[in-house]
Amino acid sequence: MLDQPAEGYVTADGRQIGPVVLELKNITLRFGGVEAIKNISFDIREGEIRAIIGPNGAGKSSMMNVISGFYVPQEGEILYKGYKRRKMPPYQVARTGIARTFQNIALFEGMSVLDNIMTGRMNLMKSGFLKQALWWGPASREEDEHREKVEKVIDFLEIQHIRKTPVARLPYGLKKRVELARALAAEPQILLLDEPMAGMNVEEKEDMSRFILDVNDEFGTTIVLIEHDMGVVMDLSDRVVVMDYGKKIGDGTPDEVRNNQDVIDAYLGVAHE
Amino acid sequence: MLYREAGDFKTSYASDNQTFPIRFDRYAYWVVMAVAFLVLPMVMNDYWANSIVVPFMIYVIAALGLNILIGYTGLLSLGTAAFMAVGAYATFKLSTAFPAMPIYLVFILSGLVTSAVGVLFGLPSLKIKGFYLAVATLAAQFFLIWLFTRYGWFFNYSSTGQISMPERSMFGVTITGATASSTAVYFTCLIFTVAMAWLARNLTRGQMGRTWMAIRDMDIAAEIIGVNPLIAKLSSFAVSSFFVGVAGALMFGVYLGAVEAGEAFGINKSFLVLFMVIIGGLGSILGSFLGAAFLVVLPVLLKILLVDNLGWPADLARHLEIMIIGALIIIVLIAEPHGMAALWRTIKEKLRLWPFPH
Repeated sequence: MLDQPAEGYVTADGRQIGPVVLELKNITLRFGGVEAIKNISFDIREGEIRAIIGPNGAGKSSMMNVISGFYVPQEGEILYKGYKRRKMPPYQVARTGIARTFQNIALFEGMSVLDNIMTGRMNLMKSGFLKQALWWGPASREEDEHREKVEKVIDFLEIQHIRKTPVARLPYGLKKRVELARALAAEPQILLLDEPMAGMNVEEKEDMSRFILDVNDEFGTTIVLIEHDMGVVMDLSDRVVVMDYGKKIGDGTPDEVRNNQDVIDAYLGVAHE
Repeated sequence: MLYREAGDFKTSYASDNQTFPIRFDRYAYWVVMAVAFLVLPMVMNDYWANSIVVPFMIYVIAALGLNILIGYTGLLSLGTAAFMAVGAYATFKLSTAFPAMPIYLVFILSGLVTSAVGVLFGLPSLKIKGFYLAVATLAAQFFLIWLFTRYGWFFNYSSTGQISMPERSMFGVTITGATASSTAVYFTCLIFTVAMAWLARNLTRGQMGRTWMAIRDMDIAAEIIGVNPLIAKLSSFAVSSFFVGVAGALMFGVYLGAVEAGEAFGINKSFLVLFMVIIGGLGSILGSFLGAAFLVVLPVLLKILLVDNLGWPADLARHLEIMIIGALIIIVLIAEPHGMAALWRTIKEKLRLWPFPH
């Protein structure tokens, strides 16, 4: 880790990793008397796939919620693109280019797949209230322009056939994919994926892994990933943070983490004996 | 090949996004418009206009408004009638204070006044939802009606406590007041209904509508995506109240002519509009039309059938009518919880394939 230069480097498979884009410094998050996150610091580099792993209840999702602005930590600070991020509601965090998916799918069940993905472009659409009410010229044109962008995402994730289907009718695996599509439609700089492969079979996991790699490769999106499938995590990610009981117990490349004695004790444990 | 989408290829996103994607629907829409604008005014008599068509159209506007709030944004409101009263009283105050103002402008301004009041009473929605919000809007219902019957300024200190619509005309045609022809009233309501339905469709098809629906389906996820819940909820209250206010303005201005707040805009009316929205279909423009038609036309038809044709006593028929409508509401809701619009959607899906089952 120490040999990675600050301005960025090129990975073994030829991807460009940039400088640090998001840095978390001494984050502590409490719920009443419970410390969910204890004094954790780590950074995320531009263009990398950064995994957060740890046993259940380690505070991974809380960490994700801190990054996406849903929880406000009691202590510590978040530096985003070099500046300290002031306290802001989640919808403003979204506007700074951070999109996410949820552990339990959080799609809008009453809307079609297309509408769901279109909501992802919320912050990029500019037509005012009156223009939309009249639907003349600008608003209707803007809708079509954004539709075109959304169609590209739909093509990319291979969900053309369910474009007009109400989300409630979709099977689990496709819902996960639609949720990824909605996050991608926002054209985020950082994409937070909270267990994107939970509950999937091997084939679906392979598809999802491919999509994650493609997103990172084609759009240069920085990806922060929480996942329990160790095989997937070790294969996909550039660097891994390991959490246990709210503390950071390991941080480094997959190989470093795999050989870290604390991590083996706490998490990988006997499974690798 | 009546009801088919095969062969009707869409070559642009605009045409894919249009309101009626199936050619037959588009023709049907223009036929309905032609009938409404050209044929009906010729063939309709005053009784049909006054007891069915005009109230139907006014309730459509109110139902559209409430549907935006409940069906699209998921915010329950029981204060609809009070907001209609705001529209009515605003019309009264505006048209008496500025006699020269064009009456259509008065109706629209009344809608805007209601909008502002709606936003004010929508503020609790930022903190509470569901039944608790319903109770908060119930407070609006009672408070506003109390205000309008209590303070003389609202009814110009008239001795009866009623407000009555002065005679106003536009382009030489009398539109409000006792001497207004039923044709003028009909066209006023028709123009407003068509315009409001068009506005509602535009607002719900685009970014605004998706913002509202996102709040309805999962408000936390919506906020993470970038929806400002404050703006989404209050804009929904504003738009919804605008519609309801215009409906109230028309109900007072062109339909009833004279009202007393507690009587014309009581809680019963709030529930009536709520039933229209639920029966018609939450989150559907067409549903607002169907629901309003169901609850306006059905009592009249029952009355014609029972009293005029079967010769039953009027009070017996009246009670029976309440029972029948109550039963029908329950049946519709059990058969199709998503309302008549969903029923219609199912029929359409079947029609597309007809006569084949799959």
